[in-house]
Amino acid sequence: MALLDKDIKQLEVHAQQIRETIIAMLVAAGSGHTAGPLGMADLFAAFYFHILKHDPKRPDWPERDYLILSNGHTVPVRYAAMAHAEYFPVEECLTLRKFGSRLQGHPERTRLPGLETTSGPLGSGLSQAAGIAYALSMDGKKNRVYAMMSDGEQQEGNTWEAVMFAGKYKLGNLTGVMDRNNIQIDGMTEDVMPLDSLKEKYESFGWEVREVNGHDIPAFIAAVEQAHAIVEKPVLVIARTIPGKGVPEIEFDYHWHGKPPSKEEAARFLKELRSGAGRVPNEYA
Amino acid sequence: MLVVFLMNMLKNEAHLSKDTFARDIERAPTRDGFGLGVVEAGKQDENVVVLCADLKESTRAEWFEKEFPGRFIEVGVAEQNMATVAAGMAAVGKIPFIASYAAFSPGRNYEQIRTTIALNRQTVKVCGMHAGVSVGPDGATHQMLEDIGMMRMMPGMVVLDPADREEARKAVLAAALHDGPVYLRFGRSGVPCFTTRQTPFEIGKGLTLWESEKPKVALYTTGAQAHAALLAARSLESDGIGAMVVHFATVKPLDRKAAVSAAKRAGMVFTVEEHQVAGGFGSAVAEVLAEEYPVPVVRLGIHDRFGQSGEPDELLTHYGIDAPSIVEAVRERLGRA
Repeated sequence: MALLDKDIKQLEVHAQQIRETIIAMLVAAGSGHTAGPLGMADLFAAFYFHILKHDPKRPDWPERDYLILSNGHTVPVRYAAMAHAEYFPVEECLTLRKFGSRLQGHPERTRLPGLETTSGPLGSGLSQAAGIAYALSMDGKKNRVYAMMSDGEQQEGNTWEAVMFAGKYKLGNLTGVMDRNNIQIDGMTEDVMPLDSLKEKYESFGWEVREVNGHDIPAFIAAVEQAHAIVEKPVLVIARTIPGKGVPEIEFDYHWHGKPPSKEEAARFLKELRSGAGRVPNEYA
Repeated sequence: MLVVFLMNMLKNEAHLSKDTFARDIERAPTRDGFGLGVVEAGKQDENVVVLCADLKESTRAEWFEKEFPGRFIEVGVAEQNMATVAAGMAAVGKIPFIASYAAFSPGRNYEQIRTTIALNRQTVKVCGMHAGVSVGPDGATHQMLEDIGMMRMMPGMVVLDPADREEARKAVLAAALHDGPVYLRFGRSGVPCFTTRQTPFEIGKGLTLWESEKPKVALYTTGAQAHAALLAARSLESDGIGAMVVHFATVKPLDRKAAVSAAKRAGMVFTVEEHQVAGGFGSAVAEVLAEEYPVPVVRLGIHDRFGQSGEPDELLTHYGIDAPSIVEAVRERLGRA
């Protein structure tokens, strides 16, 4: 489906709202991950407001597409996107990580309708997505399955077991999306444990790979739609993103992987976000 | 005449085989019960699927593959992937049985089972084969002795450890119908086939197999040690020591009522398991009795050691869980050694 300029603008507005909600919920929670969720906001806006076949009023609709979040620590971006998509009131986002909340620090399927899996420990989302894709194709179902992954979890052995499995069984209904932001808790991915070249690695396991700028919403949507047309094998979309995207003072800083902003920082971050200041360096432009 | 008298100590309600004490009783591994049961479960419900990690012959998953090739999924040597792919399949309505050796599943993939099956509340049946020292020559790496402990700690996980092929078959069928995750434990080597089609099986229910008129000890068993305990009970009986044998094919949820009632009757409990006594079946029994009816509990099993190569029978003797070892332990405790 061709995107009109006004559609793109609308998706960007959703991404902006998601980012603002992420900042608000992290401040209220007092703990959590900042960089990843901000960097993935454009991808989640694209998923929840354009790509996914879903019904917020019927989260268990059998005809829905499945979006598996493997890197569960980035779940604030999913909660924010779900709230703006009207799965639940946006105010509930402020209960993140609080006692009794459906919005657990890491996502739990049994607590919040609309989550497909329980995740946090890394490296097991792709294989669950592959299991869903395999079972759906056994039954001749047309639902699509998306596995959202981080780049850091490509260091997990379980991930590669799943890459092999999806390649062997040619799971054409499965699309992996990798948030390639180059940071992890202990530093830059290429310093902690080099990952590149991820494209060649996946290709050698029988996958089709597309690389896109993860902040270029139409480009990301186009890559996912291309993946739909590739039925003979699984497709990986490597979305190059900027950790902390939208808040220049924390962009690319791995120290922001796993901590929330203080009240003062949040006020400043929101101001930066609203100024549209997120910079795009040459290598990603 | 004596034989008839002794046979009467077997509980009629257990409907055990008439060959229970025969020397030439048929022997078969409990993993065969998995193979038989999972094929039956597959016939009863088309959502039943079997995943295997490169061990389809020895786990008997192959029997299912032959019957339902389209519902058998080979994942290769990748137990973590096996558990998580199964969790995904369960998310869309399948009832996956995952089969490997217990040392690898749940040994290798504990976290995946914890997060994506137990916490995620997906109906996956984890089938751990080659549990215990009776694996034999393969040695310690393949003799899983900690799986009951690992799995019974996991919230919501049912743990089944059947005694023989027939009970294993029933356990698989019951697991298929259970709405939730289940861990099933099976052995490699042949063990006596002493239960019958008529022997009752229900998840969460203990079963009294033997009851003397005035029992001085109650032998609580799980897995194939049930038969060893029966042999021990018969031997004790001939020495004038009355016993009860209560078999718990379900380690979790443990049948508290059965555990307490036999303890009340006998006043002393021995637990027998092919597993570490720390955290295993004996611990589960001791926990219940400590809370509800404290009596002396002696736990027979593996005591903070790994296994080793050897023939199954000599290993069971070495680790003190064959029938003569049970008899000796009881006599020693009663001061009649």
